[in-house]
Amino acid sequence: MKQVRAIVLRAAGINCDMETEHALELAGAKAERVHINRIIEDKNMLDEYQIIVFPGGFSYGDDVAAGKILANQVVHHLREPLEKFIDDGKLVLGICNGFQVLVKTGILPGNGSANHQEEVTITDNDSGKFEDRWVYLAPQTEKCIFIEPGRQIYLPIAHAEGKVVTKDAATLENLKSAGQVAFKYVDKNGNEGDYPINPNGSMESIAGLTDTTGRVMGLMPHPERFVRPSQHPHWTRLRGTRDEGRGTRESDGMTIFNNAVKYIKENL
Amino acid sequence: MRQWRFEVFNRPGFSDVHGTSTFEDIQELGINTVEAVQSAKVFLIEGEFDEDFAGRVGRELLTDSVCEEYYIGRSKAPAGLAKATLIEVHLKSGVTDPVAQSVMAAVGDMGVSVDNVRTARKYILLGEITQSQTDTIAKKILSNDCIEDCIIGDEAEPPSPHLKPYELEIVKWPIRELDGDALIALSKEKDLFLNLVEMQTIQKYYQELGREPTDVELESLAQTWSEHCVHKTLKSSVDMELWHGLPAREDTAKMAVPQHIHFDNLLKETVFKATKQLDKKWCISVFADNAGVVEFDEESAVCFKVETHNRPSALDPYGGAATGIGGVIRDPMGTGMGAVPIANTDIFCFGPPDKKLEDIPKGVLHPRRIMKGVVAGVRDYGNRMGIPTVNGAIYFDERYLGNPLVYCGNIGLMDKDKCFKNPQTGNIIIVVGGKTGRDGIHGATFSSGEITHEYETIFSHAVQIGNPITEKKMLDVLVQANKAGLYEAITDCGAGGLSSAVGEMGSELGAEVDLEKVPLKYAGLNYSEIWISEAQERMVIAVKPENVKAIIKIFDDENVESTIIGKFTDDKKLILRYNGQQVCELDMDFLHNGVPKYSRKAVWESPQLAEPSIHEKDSYNDELLQILSSYNVASKEWVIRQYDHEVQGSSVVKPLTGVNNDGPSDAAVIRPKFDSDRGLAISCGMNPLYGDIDPYWMALAGIDEAIRNLICVGGRADRIALLDNFSWGNCAKPETFGPLVRAAQACYDGAMAFEAPFVSGKDSLNNEFACEDGRKISIPSTLLISAISIVDDVNKCVTMDAKKASNLLFIVGETKNELGGSHYYKVKGHIGASVPKVDLRTAPKIAGKICAAIAEGLIAGCHDCSEGGLAVALAEMAFAGGLGIEADLRGLPKSKDCSRIDTQLFSESNSRYVVEVELEKYDAFAKLMLNLPFGQIGKITREKTLVIKTEEGKTVIDMDIDSLKQAWQKPFDW
Repeated sequence: MKQVRAIVLRAAGINCDMETEHALELAGAKAERVHINRIIEDKNMLDEYQIIVFPGGFSYGDDVAAGKILANQVVHHLREPLEKFIDDGKLVLGICNGFQVLVKTGILPGNGSANHQEEVTITDNDSGKFEDRWVYLAPQTEKCIFIEPGRQIYLPIAHAEGKVVTKDAATLENLKSAGQVAFKYVDKNGNEGDYPINPNGSMESIAGLTDTTGRVMGLMPHPERFVRPSQHPHWTRLRGTRDEGRGTRESDGMTIFNNAVKYIKENL
Repeated sequence: MRQWRFEVFNRPGFSDVHGTSTFEDIQELGINTVEAVQSAKVFLIEGEFDEDFAGRVGRELLTDSVCEEYYIGRSKAPAGLAKATLIEVHLKSGVTDPVAQSVMAAVGDMGVSVDNVRTARKYILLGEITQSQTDTIAKKILSNDCIEDCIIGDEAEPPSPHLKPYELEIVKWPIRELDGDALIALSKEKDLFLNLVEMQTIQKYYQELGREPTDVELESLAQTWSEHCVHKTLKSSVDMELWHGLPAREDTAKMAVPQHIHFDNLLKETVFKATKQLDKKWCISVFADNAGVVEFDEESAVCFKVETHNRPSALDPYGGAATGIGGVIRDPMGTGMGAVPIANTDIFCFGPPDKKLEDIPKGVLHPRRIMKGVVAGVRDYGNRMGIPTVNGAIYFDERYLGNPLVYCGNIGLMDKDKCFKNPQTGNIIIVVGGKTGRDGIHGATFSSGEITHEYETIFSHAVQIGNPITEKKMLDVLVQANKAGLYEAITDCGAGGLSSAVGEMGSELGAEVDLEKVPLKYAGLNYSEIWISEAQERMVIAVKPENVKAIIKIFDDENVESTIIGKFTDDKKLILRYNGQQVCELDMDFLHNGVPKYSRKAVWESPQLAEPSIHEKDSYNDELLQILSSYNVASKEWVIRQYDHEVQGSSVVKPLTGVNNDGPSDAAVIRPKFDSDRGLAISCGMNPLYGDIDPYWMALAGIDEAIRNLICVGGRADRIALLDNFSWGNCAKPETFGPLVRAAQACYDGAMAFEAPFVSGKDSLNNEFACEDGRKISIPSTLLISAISIVDDVNKCVTMDAKKASNLLFIVGETKNELGGSHYYKVKGHIGASVPKVDLRTAPKIAGKICAAIAEGLIAGCHDCSEGGLAVALAEMAFAGGLGIEADLRGLPKSKDCSRIDTQLFSESNSRYVVEVELEKYDAFAKLMLNLPFGQIGKITREKTLVIKTEEGKTVIDMDIDSLKQAWQKPFDW
């Protein structure tokens, strides 16, 4: 694979597309922001790409529920090409609103196919309000190609509807045992806890999910917002330290984009 | 046609956050008999589909099957709960309902097209409540009368939204024969807000033309000549009577004979004049376009605008603030050939949030409700637009009770070669974005009058309804059209709507518009309403005929509405038609230059104030805690976290900083371009309390504070651009206008001294509230100074938190006996007289040297001394860094009369910076500060306490940093 190509989906209300494109480019991909209308017009378009990212924002104003209207559009217009995309061994990443869309289409935690059987949803934060704050994330699975196993990362969240909820306890157990929990919210020392450690009240502190293939991931925090040291909220305290995110240790958010590009280079 | 009704409830076991927050609001109102509140979403869908499909809509689209369930039809009050009250809140017909639009499109995606969708919210209140309590809850919490109707009980259906189509009827408002009283009566009756001289000027124009005006002609004139649009007060000629010494002089004794100062044009001779005299090369477009434009780097420029949206926010805090931010975002979008918005700022002034409900005047919302609504409005609009809200402030004062102030600002990034518009004769006029409705009619004119207790009912139509997603979609396509070079000019439809946008763009050319072509939200608008509506999310562009097809394709490709409504001509006339019939013909010259020139009187007499007598104490721990807990100083984290301040990935210095991300940053820094380490620092300064003593010094303190804030984070001292926003009382009163003149004089002096030109500004006058009993409450004189500067390399930025134990602490700048208007006096119930002044010779030097020290990497932390003085600055640095500070006032550079300990601790003298320096950088730092007032005042410690000792070695403050932080965080721990 010479050049990894990534699509960053655009639609009304999506607003993290520029920085997501930038993060993918930093990771070495050739990224393009493409409006959903263009993909609906030319469904074969996805064949040219190996990564699709559903970025953050407020697609269609989050009317009805976060991500719902865009999810409905994806289900009714792009279900087949997306299923094929995943079956071809390619990668899908949903960030914040994009995660909500993937869950509301059923692509997550699904088994790679879009359906309406909602087993999991993402709903209003327990705090009842939008919050922008930084959280620590502990990886929970080895099967998800986006994740660097064992590396706890620090990223910002910015959402009002980020609470991951499963239909019932059995669904939750299945997700855990199948290794589909991607990240959990933890404190600096890696322990789970109440608000604000778990900023939205997610069941079992779930911050992100992956599908059964490990090639589709969604997460509420924003990796594209921590791709260089000066985005860290107290970088002025870290000058010259290992945690600064310079040199060999990349900024935490880059791990996800780097892993995606590396996977495509090595496997497709 | 069948109407399907869907009701969506949370499943048992899933928290109903909207119900819960409503319940809390009801309790806050003092109604304790409500036991619980359940909320539901209601969708009314009109369409030809069957039960099966309705089930799919309910299941697949409207409901989240994990945590919600739906009913088709109307659910009754839950069984077994006899004491339930049902209230449904519907939007008034004509009010934009974005959710309905999305649902309509989504049902379309499912394969069925529907005719109409409406949405509503339903509340079930459990508990014993009276009819009057129900009404109170419905009115004060659940709905806003301006835009919503409440239906109580479970029987009534909302009124049909279908409106009758409009049939053309040209209306004339004869004025040629009217006498003075009748002219004034006409102006009042039609909400024109034109005064007698203006009405007479218009009368003369029509007498010369030999005909009567049409309604839309008078509306256009009223709107174009409104205070909001032409700033006639600030541009008026002024005769100022000064009963005290010149501002720059120290003497405050009353003179036997007043001194007179005359201005031909106040703004031109104060604020503009500094800009003109400074003549900075990096100022690209100032006071000309929708925002002031300055150079950013070789290729790019940035533009900045701050607007007020006070009156709409008083009526409808959520909608008013949302459209405030939505409107100001369109200013950079409509500056030059259009900028991309990169940051928002917001500054609010409210009444005290703990005010008792019974003390709230009639016709006024409780300040806490206003604050919550305003914050939510800015949050929802700003966040949805994907623009980081990075800087702001909130001030509280009794006098903002009836008249809250809501300042919203936006900064845009643009190509340096696209900073000017060039509309030409023959260009096609296209309106882009939202449709036009009856919302916001008379916004420009009504924002120019005073608020009364009845105002809520009279001006409900002036509230505008925002939909950020429409604006975001419009922004997305305009950026593409701009890049492709497909239009010649762009401007936003702000106050005055199409009238203002087309009128301004065509002022040198002439324009013809066919009003029936303007796309409407609903039928029934007459031509005049179409022309002056302030419906949101609309921009006007001028396009060469050969580019029309290509540009419309760009818009169509992303489902953005765009419509050709007319063209620019060369006859310098404004022609409006409806279905081919002419309804307006005005000379552009009269419209734009016909407004009579004003002359105003102003008087300034210093208030008779004295210093309070306060006994000195051995310990000031309590005072420090009180100041930290005062609303103006306390942490605004509750607000800041609700704003997305990191979207676009540009943040460098965030509004909250320090080891736990909760210390108060002095200013924000963003890095707007992905491929460059060049940054932009953004700050503000404002202190209405000083204005009660002397607005001249208030204005200079605001300028000094805004500049200090920029300097503290690493902004360049030689690239500062300022914005002014005057919010004042009724300036027809010479004693109210006098303070404004003094503040304007200070703007000139400050801009010249710091070589920091003003690049844009705005005023909001007549901020008075007339109570039912005839009493008038005027806001305090309030001047907001916003500032931006360049950061050469963001990697050198500095934050205010204490960084490392053993680092040294210095203060640069002199502490003086200046407790007048301080928070120390305020918590003790005084105002005082010794207002902080600015030494205009020293202040710019200090700013320049601190800036140099940061650029050389000599400073580890830097915080400005402002509200609460040195003690508060030290406390904030300590708890933000999670470290202790041991300070010693021996090293404090101070004036001779600054001997009292409380003065040294809490004086709010300007131009002071507390600076943290590593031991090994001491020599280089000290060398740089040579000849400036500076001294070492202590060091950072590991102890987690703040200890301040006097010159004699007596400990006057000794507190652990957790207690200090708690005191600071508690007031807004909402």
